[in-house]
Amino acid sequence: MSTDTIVSFEEAMEKYDPVLGFEVHVELNTKTKMFSSAPNVFGDQPNSNVNEVCLGLPGVLPVVNRKAVESSILIGLALNCKIAPHCTFARKQYFYPDTPKNFQTSQYEDPICYDGWIDIELADGTVFRVEIERAHMEEDAGKLTHMGGATGRIQGADFSLVDYNRSGVPLVEIVTKPIEGAGSRAPELAKAYVAAIREIVKNLGVSDARMERGNVRCDANVSLRPYGREKFGTRTETKNVNSLRAVENAVRFEIQRHAAVLDSGVAITQETRHWHEDTKSTTSGRPKSDADDYRYFPEPDLVPIVTTAEWVEELRSRLPEPPAERRKRLQADWGYTDLEFRDVVNAGLMDEIEETVAAGATAAAARKWWMGEIARRAKLADVDPAALGVTPAVVVEIERLIASGAINDKLARKVLDGVLDGEGTPAEVVEKRGLAVVSDDGALQAAIDEALAAQPDVAEKIRGGKVQAVGAIVGGVMKVTRGQADAGRVRELILATLGVEG
Amino acid sequence: MAAINREQVAHLAQLAHIEMSDDELDRMANELAVIVDSVKSVSEAAGADVPATSHPIPLTNVMREDVVGHVLTAEEALSGAPDSADGRFKVPAILEES
Amino acid sequence: MTAHELIRSSAAEMAAKLASGEITSVELVQAHLDRIAAVDGGERGVNAFLHVNTEEALAVAADVDARRAAGEQLHELAGVPIAVKDLIVTKGQPTTAGSKILEGWMSPYDATVVKKLRAARMPILGKTNLDEFAMGSSTEHSAYGPTRNPWDLDRIPGGSGGGSAAAVAAFEAPLALGTDTGGSIRQPGAVTGTVGVKPTYGAVSRYGAIAMASSLDQIGPVSRTVLDSALLQEVIGGHDPFDSTSLTDPSTGLADAARLGNVAGMKIGIIKELHGEGYQAGVENRFNESLELLRGAGADIVEVSCPNFGYALGAYYLIMPSEASSNLAKFDGVRFGMRRLPAEGPLTIERVMGATRAAGFGDEVKRRIILGTYALSAGYYDAYYGSAQKVRTLIQRDFAAAFEQVDVLISPTAPTTAFKLGEKLNDPLAMYLNDVATIPANMAGVPGLTLPGGLAEEDGLPVGIQLLAPAREDARLYRVGAVLESLIEAQWGGPILDRAPSLVETVVEPVETLDYVETTAKEAN
Repeated sequence: MSTDTIVSFEEAMEKYDPVLGFEVHVELNTKTKMFSSAPNVFGDQPNSNVNEVCLGLPGVLPVVNRKAVESSILIGLALNCKIAPHCTFARKQYFYPDTPKNFQTSQYEDPICYDGWIDIELADGTVFRVEIERAHMEEDAGKLTHMGGATGRIQGADFSLVDYNRSGVPLVEIVTKPIEGAGSRAPELAKAYVAAIREIVKNLGVSDARMERGNVRCDANVSLRPYGREKFGTRTETKNVNSLRAVENAVRFEIQRHAAVLDSGVAITQETRHWHEDTKSTTSGRPKSDADDYRYFPEPDLVPIVTTAEWVEELRSRLPEPPAERRKRLQADWGYTDLEFRDVVNAGLMDEIEETVAAGATAAAARKWWMGEIARRAKLADVDPAALGVTPAVVVEIERLIASGAINDKLARKVLDGVLDGEGTPAEVVEKRGLAVVSDDGALQAAIDEALAAQPDVAEKIRGGKVQAVGAIVGGVMKVTRGQADAGRVRELILATLGVEG
Repeated sequence: MAAINREQVAHLAQLAHIEMSDDELDRMANELAVIVDSVKSVSEAAGADVPATSHPIPLTNVMREDVVGHVLTAEEALSGAPDSADGRFKVPAILEES
Repeated sequence: MTAHELIRSSAAEMAAKLASGEITSVELVQAHLDRIAAVDGGERGVNAFLHVNTEEALAVAADVDARRAAGEQLHELAGVPIAVKDLIVTKGQPTTAGSKILEGWMSPYDATVVKKLRAARMPILGKTNLDEFAMGSSTEHSAYGPTRNPWDLDRIPGGSGGGSAAAVAAFEAPLALGTDTGGSIRQPGAVTGTVGVKPTYGAVSRYGAIAMASSLDQIGPVSRTVLDSALLQEVIGGHDPFDSTSLTDPSTGLADAARLGNVAGMKIGIIKELHGEGYQAGVENRFNESLELLRGAGADIVEVSCPNFGYALGAYYLIMPSEASSNLAKFDGVRFGMRRLPAEGPLTIERVMGATRAAGFGDEVKRRIILGTYALSAGYYDAYYGSAQKVRTLIQRDFAAAFEQVDVLISPTAPTTAFKLGEKLNDPLAMYLNDVATIPANMAGVPGLTLPGGLAEEDGLPVGIQLLAPAREDARLYRVGAVLESLIEAQWGGPILDRAPSLVETVVEPVETLDYVETTAKEAN
């Protein structure tokens, strides 16, 4: 595998104008598959979520999942697309072992959604309009695992294993029109575009939208042309770009690679490239032998979908608030600064904070817990904060316990430990672990007497008027009570014991 | 319409994933040429204004509700497989060694 | 009643005898199994069956007898056995589609029509022979040897459903299921002197019929009488949510139509383009006699023209292979069926697929796959597939115009009587011409029925008469067909099949019967 020469991004940008295009595949989270009633579930035992239809056994016929059609229309509406009054399915034919029928049932001439747009807001607030060519319905393929060989990659594998659980999972493929004028912001725009699609489908509730599971997958097209030239350069399509960072890096890499190729006076080969996360580079993909001729024809086993205005309007009425508008509203409601709010968005914790506030916490407290202690623990456990196991109700209850004086901040962290260890609700953890603040003056007095006896010189200083030295005694008491004392009350009691005015 | 020749048949056989010997390609090219010739008239039969018919009986919006139906066990799914391993279908390498 | 007489009864008569308690289903099934054992195997056997389902058929029969004895209300055809074309998948029996590529494959699911047979408690005698993947008009393209025509064992039984037609003609089964893409039920019916019906597209679910050309395929009944086909279509028809092209119309009123017994005042149209030149003299003569008989029964016979039918065969041989090339892509040696490794060179999945399909498919299948791949490929689509679909529109318009003038259309089913085995095997085009009269119905989705119209004087072989009705008017076929059937039988002094030579029954010991069955089952596994 040869290593491609690249030029620096800045150098590339000096000479060339990039044109982008994206094909984003979104897996829908329907209960069943696109054309069969087998379950659409991720991660089960191989070949256990299949029936004869998604295995493509002899004699089977497809039947369209109504929910999948409706989800596709919802995506189209959210992308400001026109919804085709009449559309059909077509067979895209190529042989590949992950494709059970050796054709993919898709849409060709008449996609269900077409001619849309979406405004992408970049980090500095610049808004960039991306035009959508089409969004069409199709089915996912099975999963190939390449065995043997050194790398587990397709090259050099001895054999491959096929799991058809994913075969037939409903997909919506969203195709942009060529995106011109992004200039040096092309990599950033690429990332922001895919992030926006992910956010939209998640917000619609039509996809789990988890890129690491392949729910949202991006193929990125890049071409360069000299500034001022209208005609597009030859493009490459980079596949397997399955994280937001990878989208940005892949586009940046291809721009740098194209520039180097063009600089050397060679033409770009129109081809598929594969993104490699480990080397942060792309390599040439071998085209499927029949990729040049898919022999599309109308799917005879499926009948056309007719979308009436009533149906489309009913679906439109189900559209949630668009993500950009929702963000503006929430930031205003919560009173976060731009920086605070961006951190929350970047941490993917907007939903959690919204729910926590709705459950009764203040916006400040919700942010404090989610962005602080919970995020910290999630990072240690290498999971999403939302997946850690802390519910908005837990945060609200902990806050309530603090406000009532039953626990302090330090104890609250121990309560969180207990909740995460499965010991029950925060109140139950306080009870079981005996974490309540020690408010019994008798018990505190004993601890204070002990601490004063242990540090007679400090006691003497305090008696002599150096009230600020009281902190050392308070620390001793807190140590003895394992933090379960109310520090303010301890201070009062120490001063009273020593007969000093506070 | 050009008559079908041997090179075309070889390309079509590749698209259709059917290995063919030289003899077979020759024979197939001859037979197909005759057949293709006999169906030529079809392309002249209908004018541009005639719509295509893909389904003999026009139906629309045949859809099912999103409810899980029957599922095969992994064992049943693999029961007809020529080769399998680890509960999955086993196939030879996808690419030639490079 | 002897077993010999019993198996020559119609399905309706068998059903009546079962209902009255005159016979048991076990006796009936056993009589057919014995007949199969006697005439189907060996050098000069009919070879209608690829698999005989002895154990299950007898078990279902015994269950029916027990239920009937207990007074349970059963379906009219409960206990009446049936054969199933081996293109239709069945649990518990192998399904081969007549191809090496599926040898021994056991389907993990039942076709919808098979589920319906089971629900009606009809014992399934076995799976019948066919041209590989139903591609052919003679059953000679079966990978498991040709079926022979019971009228003359050196002649073809038609195709692709030669097995089902021959089984019924040879009294190996009273009923069978066929599939008809361009005439595969009707043309075998014509050349074996039996009845066969291609229902309206969508009237019978295609779920579980291994697809050749999805927009043309239709499952239908094969029988010896028009009433029997009506009864069987009522069992297998009706809406199926697993087939998106399935009609919601109920499959009722067909047997009633067959029993109606009059055609007075009906308008029947002769299709000008589907008789005369190119049709054997004996075929033409029997066809003309049928017209006279119907006229005598009070029908109004007129001639109509369907000018675009001349393009039907050409358009069919573009649409059918195009869809077939796609439908047969799944046979690749990955998930089911045969896998063949390349003789030499690197072992990649692509090459294994190529070797598997090369070894697993016969010549006719390869021919159609290549032709279909060609018709769909870039640069040719509009001229071929696209044009053929427009012709389809023209054919539909011809039918629509014709059915504005008449209630049903009539033509010979096939241009000739049964030809000799091997006669057209190396001439694909000559073979394709057998379907010239049956193809228009598939192109337009309308129903068609064939019934025996007598024997051709020049060769003494049966001639088929085809009736066609508008889509969803299958009942008209049964109404006119039953009347014409009774008129022809009256003219010939009994059923045409009575004139078929008796087949030599090999004296077979019961032990050998079992051997035969077990061997078949073993080969399949």
